Amino acid sequence: MMLTIIDLHATVDGPNGERRAILNGLTLSVGAGEVHAIMGPNGAGKSTLSYVLAGRAGYEVTGGSVMLDGTDLLALDANERAAAGLFLGLQYPVEIPGVSNLTFLRTALNAQRRARGQAEASGAEFLKLVKVEAEGFGLSMDMLKRPVNVGFSGGEKKRNEMVQMAVLSPKLAVLDETDSGLDIDALRVVSDGINRLRSPTTATLLITHYQRLLDYVVPDRVHVLVAGRIVRSGGPELARDLERDGYALDVAA
Amino acid sequence: MTALPTRKDEAWRYSDLAAVGSVWPVATERLVVAAGTSLARRVVQDDEGTRVDTLSVTVEAGATFALDVVTMGSGFGRVAVDVTLMRAAHFVLGGVILGRGEATREIVTTVTHAEPNATSRQVVRTVLDDRATGSYLGKVAVARDAQKSDAVQSVKALLLSRTATANAKPELEIFADDVKCAHGATVGELNRDALFYMASRGIGADEARALLIEAFIGDALAGSPDLAERAVAWLRRTA
Repeated sequence: MMLTIIDLHATVDGPNGERRAILNGLTLSVGAGEVHAIMGPNGAGKSTLSYVLAGRAGYEVTGGSVMLDGTDLLALDANERAAAGLFLGLQYPVEIPGVSNLTFLRTALNAQRRARGQAEASGAEFLKLVKVEAEGFGLSMDMLKRPVNVGFSGGEKKRNEMVQMAVLSPKLAVLDETDSGLDIDALRVVSDGINRLRSPTTATLLITHYQRLLDYVVPDRVHVLVAGRIVRSGGPELARDLERDGYALDVAA
Repeated sequence: MTALPTRKDEAWRYSDLAAVGSVWPVATERLVVAAGTSLARRVVQDDEGTRVDTLSVTVEAGATFALDVVTMGSGFGRVAVDVTLMRAAHFVLGGVILGRGEATREIVTTVTHAEPNATSRQVVRTVLDDRATGSYLGKVAVARDAQKSDAVQSVKALLLSRTATANAKPELEIFADDVKCAHGATVGELNRDALFYMASRGIGADEARALLIEAFIGDALAGSPDLAERAVAWLRRTA
């Protein structure tokens, strides 16, 4: 298994310092070479799951385990999880004024390589790598010289995320597309990114509110997340059932 | 001024007066930028003792004075600059204040638009840790006849610790009626969303902080990358 989540419980810091339980015994496995989709109503814990996996501050795991290709993910800091092969595609990529995309990405790539005991990429090697991916996702090198995501449209931010993903070449991509209202252009970009990453040794976990994205990426498995746990799993046809019938059945159960 | 300044003196309100006393009196360096010429100067305070630099500059008609100031350390450092702008003169200040430990660092400017059509641009970025205090006191005075004056002050401070103190006091004294004077001041902390975003891509906490701080002070030293590098090196060295 590429990703094995067993009985995961997690709380989130609320605005008044209280802790709210969001994940309540979530169990899920994703095999190498597979694409899984997690769907669910608002407030089910979809974004929380992605932040817990990535190790964001303010999200506390209170029980359970997460293994990424044999590594205990929960024992690692957020940056170490990335080096271990995890990539989190954000719903709303962050803007960082004053730091160019190229500096950001090269710093990230080399930090990961150092953490894995690999040689750092030289300037030339890095540029070659980025050029190929930038071209593939239709992002100009001029845009990559600009500050991270500053002034980028929603679609350009998605392209940038996919370029980062391709350059960092993770084992597992967790893509949080919960309610980002992707237009057709952005849908194609994200699906293109997933399909390019697809290989027998990688996996993707696609978190989404809408079935539409699954018209572009056909998942191997679809899971329904309600109240912090997986209540139903099935093949790609499950996504269409959900689109038609909604989550009423799952929420009532 | 030969008498030791006191707390009542607005320009010394946030100073470390005991440290000032140890170096008082301080000589003022006087400069004249001749009409139509350009002059670039740097004042860099990079030591742990007490440093006070005082400059008084007259920028003649059509001339440009560009000043980079970096004051960094864990003791007391003060850079005071008095600039008088004649007709259509131009003044640019890029200022960086870095402090940690018990540091008190300050940049104090008085820019007088004495004649029409002069412009001034002041960008100051402050980064403070521990119990350091960093202050920017910037007065822009526009004389009665100095129409079409254009003055900008952009002042931002980044607190790396909740026990640090930043003072920002842009101040305008305007006697002409056709002028443009803009100023903004903010005090904040490192952007948590940006720190998480960097971590999620594999960048370690120290490197992520350094990148964000470098970007922050880069605003003030855009034309002097070597100085920006020196400032970042200082921050890394003492982090």
